[in-house]
This record gives sequence, C-alpha cells and structure tokens, in this order.
Amino acid sequence: MAKTKRIITILLRLLALGATLSATVVMVTSHDSREVLNIKFTAKYNNSPSFKFYVIAEAIASGYGLVALFLSWKSSVDRLIVIMDVPIAMLLTSSTSAALAVAEIGKKGNSHAGWLPICDQVPKFCDHVTGSLIAGFSAAIVYLVLNLYSLLVVLAPLFPVKP
Amino acid sequence: MAVQSGEKLPMFIWSNPRNRWTLLVLRLLAFLAAAAATLVMVLNKQTKTFVVATIGTTPLKLTLTAKFNHTPAFVFFVMANGLVSIHNLVMIMVDLLRSKLDYKGFRFPMVAILDMLNVALLSGGANAAVFMAELGKNGNSHARWDKICDKFGTYCDRGAGALIASFLALAFMLLVSFISILKLANSSSHISHNNN
Repeated sequence: MAKTKRIITILLRLLALGATLSATVVMVTSHDSREVLNIKFTAKYNNSPSFKFYVIAEAIASGYGLVALFLSWKSSVDRLIVIMDVPIAMLLTSSTSAALAVAEIGKKGNSHAGWLPICDQVPKFCDHVTGSLIAGFSAAIVYLVLNLYSLLVVLAPLFPVKP
Repeated sequence: MAVQSGEKLPMFIWSNPRNRWTLLVLRLLAFLAAAAATLVMVLNKQTKTFVVATIGTTPLKLTLTAKFNHTPAFVFFVMANGLVSIHNLVMIMVDLLRSKLDYKGFRFPMVAILDMLNVALLSGGANAAVFMAELGKNGNSHARWDKICDKFGTYCDRGAGALIASFLALAFMLLVSFISILKLANSSSHISHNNN
C-alpha cells in the first residue's frame, strides 16, 4: 500500500516537472518581429513584466520539482517536501493567472483604454505564448492534485483502516 | 497508520480555548479584508471629460468612464474575493456549530480541502489584478499601450487600496489553511492512537 502511494506521488511529480519545464522553455523561446512601414515591431517575452514573472516562477517550480523528485525517496524529509508543495502550487497558480491576464489583453485588446490587440501583427509570438500558458495551467492543476493526494491519502487517510 | 509513531507534529491542544479562538479571529480578519477588497473594487468608478478638439470657439468634449468591469482581470478579482469572503463566513458558522454538523469526522478533510482551494483562487485573482494594474500604471511601450493612471488618478488609487486589502486577506487565508491542515493531521493521529 505504501509502495503504491509512493509510485503515484513520483508519477505526479514527474508530470509536473515536465509541464513546468516545457512552460519555461516555450515562453523563453517565443519571439516574433514584423516590419510595417519601416517600423520594426518586435515582441519578446521580456517586454512584459508579467511574462518575466511567469518565466521566473516556472523556473523556480521546475528546480523545486527536480529536487523534490530526488528527495522524496528518502523518508526523513518526506514531510518537509509535502509542506513545501503548498506554496509552490500557490506560486504556480498566481503566475499563470497573471500571464493569462496580460495575454488576454494582447489577444483582444481593451477598447475602453484604447489598447489595440497585437496578436494579428505577431501571430507566432501569440501561438508560442498560448502553448506555454497551456503547459503552465496543466502544471498548476497537477500540483493541486498532488497536494490533495498528499493531504488526503498520505498524511491523513480519508477512510482509515481499523486495525 | 496515518502518522508514524516516530514523527513529531506540532500538537495544538484544541480544548484550550485560546487556541480555539485563534482560528476564528483569523477567519474573521480574512473575511473582513476580502469583503473590503470586493466592495472597494466594485464601487470603483471615475468619470472624466476631455476636450478633444476645438471647432471655432466651441470645444468638443468627450466623456470617458473607468469602471472595474471594463477589464476581465478585475472582474475575476471581484469574483474571487467575493467567493473567499462567503467561504470564510460559512466556515465561521461551521466552526461555531461544530458538534451539530459532523459525520464521522468528515469535517476536517472538507475544511482543509476548501481552505486550500480558496487560497489558490484568491492568489490567482490578486496576482492577475496586480499585473493589470501595473500595466495601467506604466503602460507598455513595446505594444504601444498608453498608461491610464495619469488621467484617472482616483480610479488607480482606489484600485491600489483594494489590491492591498486582497493581499492582506491572502496572508490571513494562508495562516488559516495552515492551521486547518494541522488540525486534519492531528485529528487522524488521534484516531489511530486511540485505536491502538
């Protein structure tokens, strides 16, 4: 029983690690440029502080995921890893929602503030950012599932077996 | 067994009345902060008249309004804070009626799960609104987006107040969630120790 729990936890952590790594990499490599009437219109991820925060948060989460994957084999620091999972999950949800807010403005614009959408000028950048946001969103969901699993099955079983 | 016998978890003594009131006071503070954030953002509105052009001697005026529901991020912010304040209110009532609303100790996991989900929701809402507000304050020269805070100063100030209240609510909710998880872990260890 303990072995199954451990395998499921390791699988979930692998999934989350893959998602956060791909989110970071895809966002960092997203750039596009276009020349319109002698004006060069470049779009990179570090033009917006929200995307910078997103990249930094996902990088921290992938580093933590790598460390947690190796440390969860030892049962002495098991509790500490479970405790540290919660703020990392919160960091992921906040960074994803921040990047989503700015990306939504980039796609649809805001007519009340006079902000025009930029996605028709730099479509490759928009596609890259969309892919990265999907990966980040799934990483946040996986981390939430991991937290719930650790909380309800490993730490305090919902239906404890009476001895 | 839920908790190994060699593990040491911080054991709050829940029969001690001072510890019982800590959680209630924290929930009350979180409810007040989240409700304040919701209200300030919902009532955030500023109208301003601009002179656009002058034809002859009569100036052409344009009236612009800044409201919270022009921006989807602020709508999400209002909804998240509203949900969190309702959740805290319901949890305070559950805490006060603890013996009547229980089924085989199911209360502890439910409260812990709901607290954790609400912390995630609140952090998402607050962060989205913060970055939208930063965009409104500084603009973005690369995307040719102008800042709006120099024209709508009161709107920006009230929005900043709502954001501060929301982050305070987030801090309190983090503490509440931590205590709920501790309660859950202690309750299960009590059960397994009592059965042994």
